[in-house]
Amino acid sequence: MFGLNPRDTRFLLIVVFLTLATPLLLQPFPESSGLAQFNAGYPDLMQRFAIFGIFAIGFNILFGLTGYLSFGHAAFLGVGSYTVVWMYKLLGYNILPGLVLAMVISGLFALLIGFISLRRSGIYFSILTLAFAQMSYNLAYSVLTPITNGETGLQVYSNDPQVLMGANAPTSPHIFGLVMRDSVQLPVGDWLFTFNIGYYFCAIVAILAFYISLRIFRSPFGMMLRAIKTNQTRLNYTGLNPRPYTLAAFVISGIYAGLAGGLLAAMDPLAGAERMQWTASGEVVLMTILGGAGTLMGPVLGAGFIKYFENIFSKINDNVLHAWFAFLPDGLENFLVALMHPFVGKGWHLTLGILFMLVVIFLPGGLIEGGQRIARLFRRRPDSDSRHQPKPAPHVGE
Amino acid sequence: MQRRAERNFPGEGTMEAIILQILNGLDKGSAYALIALGLTLIFGTLGVVNFAHGALFMIGAFCAVTMQRILNLSFEQVDPSRTDFLGNPLKVQVPYIESWFGPETGGALLDWSVPLSIFLAIPVMIGLGYAMERGLIKHFYKRPHADQILVTFGLAIVLQEIIKYFFGANPIQVAAPSVFSGSFDFGAILGFDPNVIIYPYWRMVYFLFSLAIIGAVFSFLQFTTFGMVVRAGMADRETVGLLGINIDRRFTVMFGLAAAVAGLAGVMYTPILAPNYHMGMDFLVLSFVVVVVGGMGSLPGAVLAGFLLGILQSFASMNEIKSIIPGIDQVIIYLIAIIILLTRPRGLMGRKGVMED
Repeated sequence: MFGLNPRDTRFLLIVVFLTLATPLLLQPFPESSGLAQFNAGYPDLMQRFAIFGIFAIGFNILFGLTGYLSFGHAAFLGVGSYTVVWMYKLLGYNILPGLVLAMVISGLFALLIGFISLRRSGIYFSILTLAFAQMSYNLAYSVLTPITNGETGLQVYSNDPQVLMGANAPTSPHIFGLVMRDSVQLPVGDWLFTFNIGYYFCAIVAILAFYISLRIFRSPFGMMLRAIKTNQTRLNYTGLNPRPYTLAAFVISGIYAGLAGGLLAAMDPLAGAERMQWTASGEVVLMTILGGAGTLMGPVLGAGFIKYFENIFSKINDNVLHAWFAFLPDGLENFLVALMHPFVGKGWHLTLGILFMLVVIFLPGGLIEGGQRIARLFRRRPDSDSRHQPKPAPHVGE
Repeated sequence: MQRRAERNFPGEGTMEAIILQILNGLDKGSAYALIALGLTLIFGTLGVVNFAHGALFMIGAFCAVTMQRILNLSFEQVDPSRTDFLGNPLKVQVPYIESWFGPETGGALLDWSVPLSIFLAIPVMIGLGYAMERGLIKHFYKRPHADQILVTFGLAIVLQEIIKYFFGANPIQVAAPSVFSGSFDFGAILGFDPNVIIYPYWRMVYFLFSLAIIGAVFSFLQFTTFGMVVRAGMADRETVGLLGINIDRRFTVMFGLAAAVAGLAGVMYTPILAPNYHMGMDFLVLSFVVVVVGGMGSLPGAVLAGFLLGILQSFASMNEIKSIIPGIDQVIIYLIAIIILLTRPRGLMGRKGVMED
């Protein structure tokens, strides 16, 4: 189905189900229980899961398949956001023209940057993309203020033209009348489920994005990109020029990033230069590596993981910690709280950094590899003695 | 304002303007050069791309903050000679150091806290560099460059967050010794009209200090046996190893040295820029650009490119230039990096065969 083999179809259907059921699945704890703060089923966070999932899927097409580590993908995110807000200002609050244009413009932008940056590889490529992104960021803050509105950030004002705006059209982002911030709330017993239109829009786009990435992974083009990662010299010797392929991958991932940036502005009609800063590029690198670069689901998992902990971990303060350890004797309770204090709340970046380092050191395949290892641990039957298996050949090279 | 400057430009003030911009670029250029020197030392010896080098610079700066706080540790004392607004005897904070050494020596020590922090920074940075290399980076020699970038990037985040935890997120002012706090008329020394080229003392000190450090590093490599072995190891690690020399141990020392250079650059930079926890990242991005422009693995290239880009940046921020190309001051460094990378892929002074993939 959908041009996929049965295994991939099943995989895709599972992903579709999980994405559509997210508002139910992420709300496992009853509202009145103390664990309700771990619920992630509120619209803002779920939208972020989907949007950064798209961003990471796109980044993975470049980094996961070709091995080119770009440190400047946030530039495309920013370009996408600015485009969508400009379309609000000029045409009206319908998000569709903005999103399409965001993909086109970020694609062109990626074509330009990719054409120059891809002349070099390895660390030079990383630094070139970093330089371009920082340049865009600095320009957005200074000279391009008429376009980007500088430090204030771009937003819609009441005296903007908005030529396509109908008399009774909604005054916030919508798609043909369906307002993004509208939600339906469904109380079931002690649970409260929120079905948000914005989230479902993002989710459908994310599923499409995932499907396209799945097709790319399984296509001859994807194979070519993997060949570039494995051994570019050998590819050259077989008479193939790898640059068009890497450029295509770069542009595709740029379009994904532009789409994600556009969706950010579609959920909240604002765009600021800080979206282009290189820390934002670093974040998508973290997501992809944490989840597992080069795997299909990894980047999405990584994006969800980081966004979840960014929102939930940072809400844990000392009072919450005290409540957790209240059953312990006082001295031990205070000790544990003091021990955990630097890692939660405002310090969650520290946790993220440590986690990221641990993943890079011990689990180069990311969370996906971790999951596979655990699964293998359980699947192995006690009688299959590893001494009788052939030893894996040591990796030569690199 | 801008128009007047334009009118002055082709006239008699040209030479002064050029000298002033060169001077303005020197202090930033010195910082770039020192960080890039350390980065290149690490890259040239260990072949590791160290994204945590900016964090080392930042930790050096916070060594100065720590030193200032240590010196300022004080106790409360009732000063009978003064009274507060209610007429009670005033309680004053007296630093321990003033009560031990007397107000004059103690005050002088307090005043000189930034230069004194060098003595704190050197052991701290060497220790930190040593621990980093032995504890973490050693395990990444055989891994791809992308992994090295990623793990050091993670380390940079961790170091940054630790500093944020202890010192908070706001910049902390650290003052230079009061002797150097003012400015002096550099133009008058060279025979120009007075009050045209005014330059702060501390920036001059920073520049001379960085020259001294750069000179020390180069002469250490050039004129000691240890340095000779390290240079040999940079050229051909395997052969040096086969000659029965423990080259890994020496490279570890070089990592500590590079960390110390970054740390010292940070210590002395504190009076120019109040340190905050993410200053390292800001400098790191630029320093990488500097290293690439200078040529990966080339020590003189890193120093040259550091000063060059610092000076170019200050020229680009002149009003005369900005009125021709707006915004050039924001992007000049990146623009030059892009041009250099595309026209001279090895950088200004890069060696053949170093990371040319």
